[in-house]
Amino acid sequence: MAAPKRGRSASAQSKPGRTLALILIAIVALTGGMFLSGHTTPRLGIDLAGGTSITLEAKADQGSAINKANMDTAVDIMNRRVNGLGVSEAEVQTQGDRNIIVNIPKGTNSKEARDQVGTTAKLYFRPVLAQEATGSAAATSPSPSASGSSTASPSPSASKSGSTGEKATSSSSPSASATSQGRAVTDALKVDSTPSASASASSSASPSAPATGGTDTSSSEAKLQAQYAALDCSKKAQRTTAGEGAKPADTTLGCGEISGVWYKYLLGPAAVDGTEVKKAQAVFDTQTAAGWQVTMTFNGKGSKKFADITAQLAKNTQPQNEFGIVLDGEVVSSPYVSSSITGGNAQISGSFTQDEAQNLANMLSYGALPLSFQEQSVTTVTAALGGDQLHAGLLAGAIGLLLVVIYLVAYYRGLSLVAMASLLVSGILTYVLMALLGPAIGFALNLPAVCGAIVAIGITADSFIVYFERIRDEIREGRSLRPAVERAWPRARRTILVSDFVSFLAAAVLFTVTVGKVQGFAFTLGLTTVLDVVVVFFFTKPLMTLLARRKFFASGSKWSGLDPKSLGAKPPLRRTRRSGPVETKEA
Amino acid sequence: MSKLGNLGARLHRGEISYDFIGHRKLWYGISILITITAILGLAVRGLNMGIDFQGGAVFTTEKTSVSVSQAEDYAKEASGHDAVVQKLGNGTLRIQIAGMDTKQSDEIKNDLAKDFKVDPETIAADLVGPSWGDQIANKAWQGLAIFMVLVVIYLAIAFEWRMAIAALVALIHDITITVGIYALVGFEVTPGTVIGLLTILGYSLYDTVVVFDSLKEQTKDITKQNRWTYSDIANRSINSTLVRSINTTVVALLPVAGLLFIGGGFLGAGTLNDISLSLFVGLAAGAYSSIFIATPLVADLKEREPAMKALRKRVLAKRAQASVEEETADARPVSDEPDDDATPAVVGPRTQPASRGRGRGRPSGKRR
Repeated sequence: MAAPKRGRSASAQSKPGRTLALILIAIVALTGGMFLSGHTTPRLGIDLAGGTSITLEAKADQGSAINKANMDTAVDIMNRRVNGLGVSEAEVQTQGDRNIIVNIPKGTNSKEARDQVGTTAKLYFRPVLAQEATGSAAATSPSPSASGSSTASPSPSASKSGSTGEKATSSSSPSASATSQGRAVTDALKVDSTPSASASASSSASPSAPATGGTDTSSSEAKLQAQYAALDCSKKAQRTTAGEGAKPADTTLGCGEISGVWYKYLLGPAAVDGTEVKKAQAVFDTQTAAGWQVTMTFNGKGSKKFADITAQLAKNTQPQNEFGIVLDGEVVSSPYVSSSITGGNAQISGSFTQDEAQNLANMLSYGALPLSFQEQSVTTVTAALGGDQLHAGLLAGAIGLLLVVIYLVAYYRGLSLVAMASLLVSGILTYVLMALLGPAIGFALNLPAVCGAIVAIGITADSFIVYFERIRDEIREGRSLRPAVERAWPRARRTILVSDFVSFLAAAVLFTVTVGKVQGFAFTLGLTTVLDVVVVFFFTKPLMTLLARRKFFASGSKWSGLDPKSLGAKPPLRRTRRSGPVETKEA
Repeated sequence: MSKLGNLGARLHRGEISYDFIGHRKLWYGISILITITAILGLAVRGLNMGIDFQGGAVFTTEKTSVSVSQAEDYAKEASGHDAVVQKLGNGTLRIQIAGMDTKQSDEIKNDLAKDFKVDPETIAADLVGPSWGDQIANKAWQGLAIFMVLVVIYLAIAFEWRMAIAALVALIHDITITVGIYALVGFEVTPGTVIGLLTILGYSLYDTVVVFDSLKEQTKDITKQNRWTYSDIANRSINSTLVRSINTTVVALLPVAGLLFIGGGFLGAGTLNDISLSLFVGLAAGAYSSIFIATPLVADLKEREPAMKALRKRVLAKRAQASVEEETADARPVSDEPDDDATPAVVGPRTQPASRGRGRGRPSGKRR
């Protein structure tokens, strides 16, 4: 192994200045790039800058649902949702195979954002059986028992008696329903409504099933009625428990807010599942000047179901011609149906603002997720605390560095200048790369990363120690400095490479396998390990070569750290006992 | 410091040499004792798992005049759980409440803010669901396993399988000790601790690898001579890298110590402190194990090889003969060269590879 390496080191020896110039140019270029790009400081992580970090873990309903495609969709949707809500610069990213991290910088409403991403989205389209405003209009009589059997909504008598009760309330706020979210679902494709006849015929059959079971379920229906009567959606506690634990096939309760007024709903079994919405988006209707609308596209199964339910609902009167779009028990919108909608495309119109339309579209899209998420950890760091920690980290780094420098100076004397210069170069490179990697790959300096950088001081310094000790060994052999520097290098180089590789391997494995805080640490460690190799090869070694030519070092001054006498070198060329174990005569 | 340099020189010349390999049974014994203590500690006392592993919340307030016991009452009232409250160096309070769900936390935070008469926005909260810690721990174990496999493969290729095994044993040894100390002292285990522990992997091996590198270099042509056994050379490898090992460990520990004391003194607790504490313990264990465990173990394994056995036999025979000659002739030990250093019988003088100095055309007379 000696031959090729000696050749290389010889060439390095001949042009140490060139190598040095190269790395200095690289540093200048990188630093210049940093200033040009305007990112002169590393992007700070939530724990240093302040903000909220939410870690969500995917919970699959079906075992195979957690896959990369679904996770990416989830990230995409959450991203749109969080950033769409005026939370700027929030970042959403997957971590590991089943985690999503949402980082929300300080200064934004983290609670709202947390509600947005944290709530498990289960979206259903349920027919509305009864609806009334709560709180202020609490006096309304509970809907008669007839509406209980109206689980099968098309029963005419039921709907009549039910609706009379509700009419009053719903008419009491007609302006609300008009100005608020979607109140009309129209057939987007303007398909002729003639098929509605056949559609309603077939659909009337399906809801009749629960109706026949009316006697069996009457007790639970009655209970639900009582609950509905007692429900006061203006109270938060009741709101959150209203639709809790309801299965898609159950009749359930729900609350929804329209123009600041809370309404309570009695909702039928889910007719269409949120996962059957293929796409939803907010569009501005320029043609009819109807303002913002939300368009939905269903998948094959969804289109059919939607056609059925709309055909059935269109025949009813308010509010039973409405369906509630229920997101996790909350009725986010309850548009009414004017005609049967086939073809899988629909739009919800009303007096939406852009935000409202966007919000609803997001919810519809979000509900299409095959995954639900659970909050694993939520870290809120105030800017003050984050700043404190950053200062503490930097202070610790500075003190650590100072201690290392003192030790190096005391032990290596003049040689420590080389070490310090190398540490400085390494530090500059680390800083610049961190600053540049922020915008490039979204690297954010968090507290563990600061720790990683501090720990890396030790790793970087070790490379010099290995090399310096080798040089000193050579001097002890009686060599003068210049050959010592060259001869020490190949062996020091191998040691540095082998041990840095192990270090890098650890960092790489940690980075790929782990989640959360550990990753930032691993990344920094890996980065600094690579930089260590770069610095030692392209800076420390050529610098040593150059310095070996200087009188101060070459003469072995007492303060150079390379004084042969204090190193205990043998008098030069008294080449006795040069035998290693392998150089005995017997060999 | 120059004393240490002196030590380096003397180690280099072989004037002093510590017989690490010879006393290996002692080191093994000490390590086994420590390991058993660690395992016992782990079994009896268990680890003090932090909030992150059992679910709960850590709130950090701004500088406040509320006393610790008051805060404990407030927190208990707000959450219905017992709370651990610490006052940190900078006047802030750190309130830990275990067994809480992330969903309840917002209300508790608001309650606390009311009690402390501060804005909820100024209270930092770290909320963790109960299964999050499991996931971190699982990932950590997974990472550990993958890393071990990879590193064993790497070391087996770069060096040889015996060294890979020895490095692995040393690694497990370090981790056991670190975990044991955590169990015995009752330090809190947090994700930060896990980070530190995982870093020890790299560090522990880093140190070991440097010694192995020297060992590999020095034993390249070992069977071609019969003065030194493998153990002798292994011992010399340790000795010749001893100064470097000390320097490296000191230099690595200094920043970590800075981190530990700043983390502990300035902020009281938190990620900085957790990482640096486990690093500190692990680094010390790592330095110990690379010298006292890994290398002697390699020597032990190596000595089982037939070639090494034969070598040992030759060396011992030669030494026996030499001592006989010495007794009879009162001469210096058999040596092909004058020996002006007071070299102990067992230890070779220096770290010269076979190839060095050869073919340089020096008229040293004894050179080929």
